[in-house]
Amino acid sequence: MQRRVTFDSRLLPYLLLAPQVAVTLVFFIWPAAQAIWQSVHLQDAFGIRSEFVWFENFTYVLSDPNYLDTLKTTVIFSVAVTVLAMGVALLLAVLADSKIKGARVYKTLLIWPYALAPAVAAVLWMFIFNPDIGSFGRALRAFGYDWDYRLNGGQALAMVILAASWKQVSYNFIFFLAGLQAIPRSVMEAASIDGAGPARRFWTITFPLLSPTTFFLLVVDMVYAFFETFGTIHALTQGGPGKATETLIFRVYQDGVVNNDLGGSSAQSVILMVIVIALTAVQFRFVERKVHYA
Amino acid sequence: MATVDIRNVRKSYGPVEAIKGIDIAIRDGEFLVLLGPSGCGKSTLLRMVAGLETITGGEVAIGGRVVNQLDPKDRDIAMVFQNYALYPHMTVFDNMAYGLKIRGLPKAEIRARVDKAAAILELGRFLDRRPSQLSGGQRQRVAMGRAIVREPAAFLFDEPLSNLDAKLRTQMRVEIKRLQDRLRITSLYVTHDQVEAMTLADRILVMNHGVAEQIGTPLEVYQRPASLFVAGFIGSPPMNVLDGRIDDRGEAVDLAGGIRLALPQPRLSDAGRAVKLGVRPEHLATADSGFAIEVELVEALGADTVVYGRLAGGESLLVRVAGLPTCRNGDRLTVAPPPDALHLFDAVTGRRLEG
Ligand SMILES: Nc1ncnc2c1ncn2[C@@H]1O[C@H](COP(=O)(O)OP(=O)(O)OP(=O)(O)O)[C@@H](O)[C@H]1O
Ligand SMILES: [Mg+2]
Repeated sequence: MQRRVTFDSRLLPYLLLAPQVAVTLVFFIWPAAQAIWQSVHLQDAFGIRSEFVWFENFTYVLSDPNYLDTLKTTVIFSVAVTVLAMGVALLLAVLADSKIKGARVYKTLLIWPYALAPAVAAVLWMFIFNPDIGSFGRALRAFGYDWDYRLNGGQALAMVILAASWKQVSYNFIFFLAGLQAIPRSVMEAASIDGAGPARRFWTITFPLLSPTTFFLLVVDMVYAFFETFGTIHALTQGGPGKATETLIFRVYQDGVVNNDLGGSSAQSVILMVIVIALTAVQFRFVERKVHYA
Repeated sequence: MATVDIRNVRKSYGPVEAIKGIDIAIRDGEFLVLLGPSGCGKSTLLRMVAGLETITGGEVAIGGRVVNQLDPKDRDIAMVFQNYALYPHMTVFDNMAYGLKIRGLPKAEIRARVDKAAAILELGRFLDRRPSQLSGGQRQRVAMGRAIVREPAAFLFDEPLSNLDAKLRTQMRVEIKRLQDRLRITSLYVTHDQVEAMTLADRILVMNHGVAEQIGTPLEVYQRPASLFVAGFIGSPPMNVLDGRIDDRGEAVDLAGGIRLALPQPRLSDAGRAVKLGVRPEHLATADSGFAIEVELVEALGADTVVYGRLAGGESLLVRVAGLPTCRNGDRLTVAPPPDALHLFDAVTGRRLEG
């Protein structure tokens, strides 16, 4: 059964939609169109004249070996952030779903990081990991481990992965917990009477029943890792040391704003957009088939 | 197959005592029904046997083995839930095979057992479907099938039919009865439906506020209810209960309005005692003397008729007679029970006066 809402006025539905459409136009369609326009133009150094250059910007970007390094970093970063954020969130949600003392406090605390601005969160992480003033950073050094993410690229990447995942754990946690609570208790009880221990119950009942949630979060987390981690990286490492923590989105900013290469940066934005659209499409096409919607 | 022994079992939720010490030995192959009103603790007791609820006090033994500390999976029981609790992401076949796969049975054996259960329950056509593609009655049968294939020591049912409509419920009740006659597996069956209890049970345990009011065969519970509570709970329409007093010679009961009913045997020891007198509506028949009532309402049910009458003192009295109505609102009737259909209960404790 479908309910149809009818409006007396023909204008009203458009009026109601207008704010949303305006926001989308101003903050998404317009900049995206500009990026596409600029990606096929070359500007002179003063930004006065621009010249139509077909796909020159793209060939230039894609033939840069540095760009492929950045792509590799981005893949490592995104996969690690997605897996870590989802894994940890699922674990915490399973714990919160089982009856433990103080579960409410625990849940509330877990949701807080989501309310933090990325830059603020990054400063927080700096206070933990800074080799000179950070509590954990100093402890590592005291134990003789040569910790300095300002010099060691691997350490820097690990740190931004940790920081970016941490922020997304809260979000994933809320969805996983809701998903877990939607599984009827009696179904789990039936499984335990049928002879399944906790681990088997999780893998054969809980996990498959959570698959719609898991799939949704997979898409969201991928997009998050690609686009929304700019603030975290910018505040923590500025893409360094070297280019160890430079992801595609960070490089767009670096080339466009810092190096003033608007054409190349726009071409990169367009490439990034295409990658994410393709990834999402692939996920819907192949992963969703395995999803069971109850 | 196994016996199930429940020995002085108690359950407390914090300060609240939900089960206050229940004792019953269920025989091998017996079908025991736990009957009682909502909130009396039926599910709690059943879930303690299943291992889904910890046991606060006492002992549960299945097949002679105390299981208090065992996980549900080690108790060798199967359970049918009110909401079926099927695995929504699995086919009917996989739902039934789940427990067998875990036990590591060979594939062929699993196939054979599931096919057999599916044949008994007429589920053969649905083996490849998901639960969401089945009707309520079919889901209920899958839940039964999942229990049957396990060939457990005992079946536990928690109101398995209460989500079905009246017609389907009757049909499934007959099916369960047939299954039970065929499989003879020790069963505990929770319900608040007295018809289910009367038709399915070998014995009924009537529960009220966490205590066993009576344990007995359906006929014992009907013919000799151990308390006013049982008397009111079993039978439809419920038993009439009137205030009375046994006369000083212990030969009759005196009721309000000068009504006097002779007892089948004299009860000298109870002479002068205040009692509640119980008479089932179906045991009242027109007579020359007895209860004079004014008819207030007549319900024709087809096979029989329920007459709502009122005594001179204002108490109401239900009469059930076979066949079509023979009286109308406002008629005056006199009805009386045969002497051996009187039930006497202590006016204070509500317990049956035996003898
Ligand atoms: N987890 C719990 N915490 C506190 N009290 C509980 C809990 N579970 C049950 N109770 C109480 O124990 C009593 C018995 O509950 P139970 O579920 O066994 O009743 P029931 O006889 O199965 O009723 P119904 O016919 O409605 O299913 C109730 O008074 C209920 O409020
Ligand atoms: Mg119950």
